[in-house]
Amino acid sequence: MTTSADFDQGAFVRTLLDPELPPPNELETPGGFPPERRLAVYRNNVCVGLVDALAERFPICLQLVGDEFFRAMAQCYVRERLPRTPMLFEYGDEFATFVSDFAPARELPYLPDVARLEYAVGQAYHAADAAPLSLDLIRAVPLDRLESATAALHPSTQVVASAYPIVSIWRRHMSDDEMTPVELDHGEEALVVRPELAIKVAALPAGGSAFVDALRSGGTFGEAVNAATAVAADFKLTDCLRELLLTGAFVALSVAH
Amino acid sequence: MGTHSAPEHRRARAASSLPARAGVGFKSVHLADIEASARDIGFFEIHAENYMGAGGTPHAQLMRLRRDWPLSIHGVGLSVGGAEPLDREHLRRVKSLVEQYDPAAFSEHLAWSTQGRRFLNDLLPLPYNATTLAHVVAHVDEIQEALGRPILLENPAAYLLFRSSEYSEIEFLREVVRRTDCRLLLDVTNVYVSATNLAYSAEDYIDAFPMSFVEEIHLAGYAEDVDEIGDPLLIDAHCAPIPDAVWRLYDRALARRGPVATLIEWDNDVPSWPTLSAQATQAEMRLERRRRAVKDRLRSEALHDDLG
Repeated sequence: MTTSADFDQGAFVRTLLDPELPPPNELETPGGFPPERRLAVYRNNVCVGLVDALAERFPICLQLVGDEFFRAMAQCYVRERLPRTPMLFEYGDEFATFVSDFAPARELPYLPDVARLEYAVGQAYHAADAAPLSLDLIRAVPLDRLESATAALHPSTQVVASAYPIVSIWRRHMSDDEMTPVELDHGEEALVVRPELAIKVAALPAGGSAFVDALRSGGTFGEAVNAATAVAADFKLTDCLRELLLTGAFVALSVAH
Repeated sequence: MGTHSAPEHRRARAASSLPARAGVGFKSVHLADIEASARDIGFFEIHAENYMGAGGTPHAQLMRLRRDWPLSIHGVGLSVGGAEPLDREHLRRVKSLVEQYDPAAFSEHLAWSTQGRRFLNDLLPLPYNATTLAHVVAHVDEIQEALGRPILLENPAAYLLFRSSEYSEIEFLREVVRRTDCRLLLDVTNVYVSATNLAYSAEDYIDAFPMSFVEEIHLAGYAEDVDEIGDPLLIDAHCAPIPDAVWRLYDRALARRGPVATLIEWDNDVPSWPTLSAQATQAEMRLERRRRAVKDRLRSEALHDDLG
C-alpha cells in the first residue's frame, strides 16, 4: 500500500490536449463505462477556459474576425502554448506572433499588430502605479536644458509601431462606431499609458515609438530625437511631446546642471 | 512520517477570522452596487491570481473592499495536488499578496493545475494514496511555512475515479489535516456534484466530513449534462443560482458544524448584484436559523440546569 506509483500527470495532460490519445489506464468510472465522457469535462474546462481568457484579452481581434473564427484560432494557440504561470493576465504574450503565422488569418494583415496593441493595453492595466509629472513642472524646464535631460516614463508606458492604422482601428471598436471605415493606407505608432486607473491610447507621430524606446533605455532627449529621426526624417518632436505629456507618460525628468 | 508535528506558529493562530456570515465572490462589475448597498455582506472572496499585477484597478478595488469588509483570498494556482515541487516563484507571489492584504483566510484546493511549467487553468484530479498524500502534505506544509498561518484546503468536484486510490476523499483529507494542521473549506456543491457523478450518497459524505476543522463553506450552482446512459453528469460551473438540493445539504452541514463563513460563488454568466446578493441573503437566513437553534438549545439546557 505504501508503494503506490506516482500518478503520471504528464500523460493526463497529453490526453487533455489531444482527444485522439487513449485515456490513461488508471481512470475508472462508477458504472464501468469508458472514461472518455468524463475526461471530456476536463478537456472542455481547460480548453474553453483558456479560449475565454484570450477572448477577454483580445476583444477587438475577436470583433474583427468574428466569434467562431477567433475561438478556432485561439484553440490552436491553447493547444500549442499553454500558460507558463497561473496569472492569466500574462497569457497571450505570444498570441500576436502566433496570429501572424496563422495562415487562415493572412487576409487581415493588421490583425497581429492589433493583438500586440491589445496585449500592451492589458499589460498597462496591471502595471505599477506612479504619479504622472505635472505639466507645470515640465514647462519649468528651460528648453536649452532639454537636450541633455533624461526622463523616467510611467511604468505602464508601451509603444506599438505598425504599418497599419492600429490606433484608428482600436478607437473605432472602442467607440462602437463600426460604420466608419478605417483607411488602411497608412501606418500608426500607438502609445499606451495608464497614468491613473484609466487606459489612454494615443497615436504618436512617425518615429515616436523609437523616441519613447530611446528615453526608456535611459537616453537623453537629444539621443531620443536622433533615434526618432533615424526612422522618420520628418519626426515631429512637438506633436510627440504633446501626446506624451497629455497621456501622463512622464513621471520624472532629470535635468543636468 | 510519524515524527511530524506542526510548528508552533500554526497552532498560535486560527486559520480563519472570517465572520460566520454569508459572503460573495467579488466581481469588479459589482463594485458600484457594492459601495451603494452591500453593508449586509459578511465578507468578500477574491481569486489570488487575478491580483498579482503590480498595480492599477485590481489593487485599487481590492484596497477599497479591504477597508470595509473582511477579505478571503482563494488561490487557484498553487497546484497543491501536483506531483512536482511547488512553483516557488508563485508561492512568493501568494505570500506577498497575503502580506499586503492580511486576509481573514487563505484557501487552496485539493487538486493540481500545473505540470511541467504549464498551467492548465483547471482543478485536476488526483488518486488518493500514500504517494499523493506525501506530496499534498509536503506542499501544504511549505505553503503554511511561507505564509506563517494555517490554510484552508477545499474538497474538489470529481468526475472520475482512479484505480490507484487507497483512501476515500474524506480519509485523505483527515490525514492531510492530521499531518499539517491545516483546516478545511467544505464546498457543498462539490460534494453534491461528486456524489452524483461518482454514485455515492452526498448525505453520507456530509455526515462523515471532519466538520470541526471546517472554517468556510462554498456554495455554487452547477451545469447539468448526461453520461453514457443518460444519467446526470453534473459540472461544477459556478454559473447559476444554488439549487434546492445543495441548500438542503448546506442545512445538513450547518446542523453538524454550526454557523460558519459561507461563500456564494458565481464566476460565469455573472448575474446582476441584486440576484447575487439575494443568494447571500438566503444563506444568511439559514445561518440565522442555525444560530437560533443553538440559542434555543442553550436556553433549554439552562432550564434543565435550573430544574436540576
